[in-house]
Amino acid sequence: MKIHIPTPLRSFTGGKETVSVSGSTVNGALAQLTTEYPELKPNLFTADGKLRSFVNLYLNEDDIRYLPAKEDSPTQESDELTIIPSIAGGCCR
Amino acid sequence: MATATEEVTLPKLSNDEIARYSRHLILPEVGMEGQQKLKAAKVLCVGTGGLGAPLALYLAAAGVGTLGLVDFDTVDASNLQRQIIHSTATVGKLKVDSAEIMLKGLNPYMNVVKHNTMLTSANALEIFKDYDIIADGTDNFQTRYLVNDACVLTGKPNAYGSIFRFEGQASVFATKEGPCYRCLYPEPPPPGLVPSCAEGGVLGILPGLVGVIQATEVIKLILGIGDTLVGRLLLVDALGMSFRTLKLRKNPDCPACGTHPTVTELIDYDQFCGIEKPAAVGPLEVAQNKAVAEAPVVDGIPQVTVETLKKKLDAKEDVFVLDVREPHEYPIANLGAPLIPVGSLASRVAELAEHKNDEVIVHCRSGARSQKAALILKEAGFTNVSNLAGGILAWADKIDPSMPKY
Repeated sequence: MKIHIPTPLRSFTGGKETVSVSGSTVNGALAQLTTEYPELKPNLFTADGKLRSFVNLYLNEDDIRYLPAKEDSPTQESDELTIIPSIAGGCCR
Repeated sequence: MATATEEVTLPKLSNDEIARYSRHLILPEVGMEGQQKLKAAKVLCVGTGGLGAPLALYLAAAGVGTLGLVDFDTVDASNLQRQIIHSTATVGKLKVDSAEIMLKGLNPYMNVVKHNTMLTSANALEIFKDYDIIADGTDNFQTRYLVNDACVLTGKPNAYGSIFRFEGQASVFATKEGPCYRCLYPEPPPPGLVPSCAEGGVLGILPGLVGVIQATEVIKLILGIGDTLVGRLLLVDALGMSFRTLKLRKNPDCPACGTHPTVTELIDYDQFCGIEKPAAVGPLEVAQNKAVAEAPVVDGIPQVTVETLKKKLDAKEDVFVLDVREPHEYPIANLGAPLIPVGSLASRVAELAEHKNDEVIVHCRSGARSQKAALILKEAGFTNVSNLAGGILAWADKIDPSMPKY
């Protein structure tokens, strides 16, 4: 399954835009991601393991917050997870 | 904006205007009435930079009757790589004045209202009340949240766009039925995670792409045509030239626009974003790396001037200079020093072990990243680390004027 890494976090994945992981749930996939790239963990999760709220996670087109099982939603090989952090550039400077 | 139940007289169009907007008038989706709605519309562009530039220009071209511009900045040469509303001739002018020249040149029939001020909690509601639609083209998180909350409180839709390097986002927030910015991002990122354009860089065309998407959404909102981006987040990847849409939902628990809102007035957004109030010395915006105050010692790191460094180098003193910029900056200008980017310094400190007790002077472009790096070295046990205040920019300014500044 592919996970799309947003630009601000790519410095923690060696510049990779897409990372392939296996995992039967969203949480499982994220756990694999942070095991492979541990520096991602504090940027994505709070100390008690919750996804930080300036980071949004989409399973295909859907925000996982609105899926019935949220982070425990089951995933398939063909699914894609996208991490969307907030960006603010509008370039006045 | 006029609703179906209000009786509003739409402004007439002169023969000259009819000739000008002919290509709109012959579109069934616009027509005479649509063009009149555009003339009646009042849109506020917050920011006349990368996003604001194409946004304002296309709204002017389309015949939006009143365009408000909010910007406190002046035009700088480095803006011209993307802020196409300004020109070489207006470098140094206030951005709102510079923008007005181009806008009136394009469309003399429109009103340009200039707000040469920073948007703050103290003035936002007052400024917003005279407009129908707000287009957010700002460049920092505090203002994003401020604009959002002010839009929700005043009931004005927010045509949102944002960019970073090669990627952009666009949506329409703060309509009655749709989500607001806080539904998507209840919490701002910690200061330091997302660099500003001045630090991260941005492909010049990117705000052009996203700014025109915002302008398109504004026009659709005014005319009431098409499917707007309400409830959708458009993700633009300029390098891959891919466009994706993600579903956005209104969060019933949203503190701003939910069923039980707790945001009933504008707050201190600096505090909300974890940003320290700007000091008297230093830039007003949030930078990933805080500008270093002008003082001989900051956070325990002595600040060395470029003049002092020059003296030491001329006297062949035993000084180890370390450059902590990114590799792609080196060819632009450098002091010949070895380079370890600040982001990798902590893990590569062993490479500098032989200099642990030497006099080490760290430099970057402007002195902010090198301050961070100096602290890392101090933490790692280096006994004599200083920061080159003002960085290589100060060197180009005061020591070697032939060196390019960037």
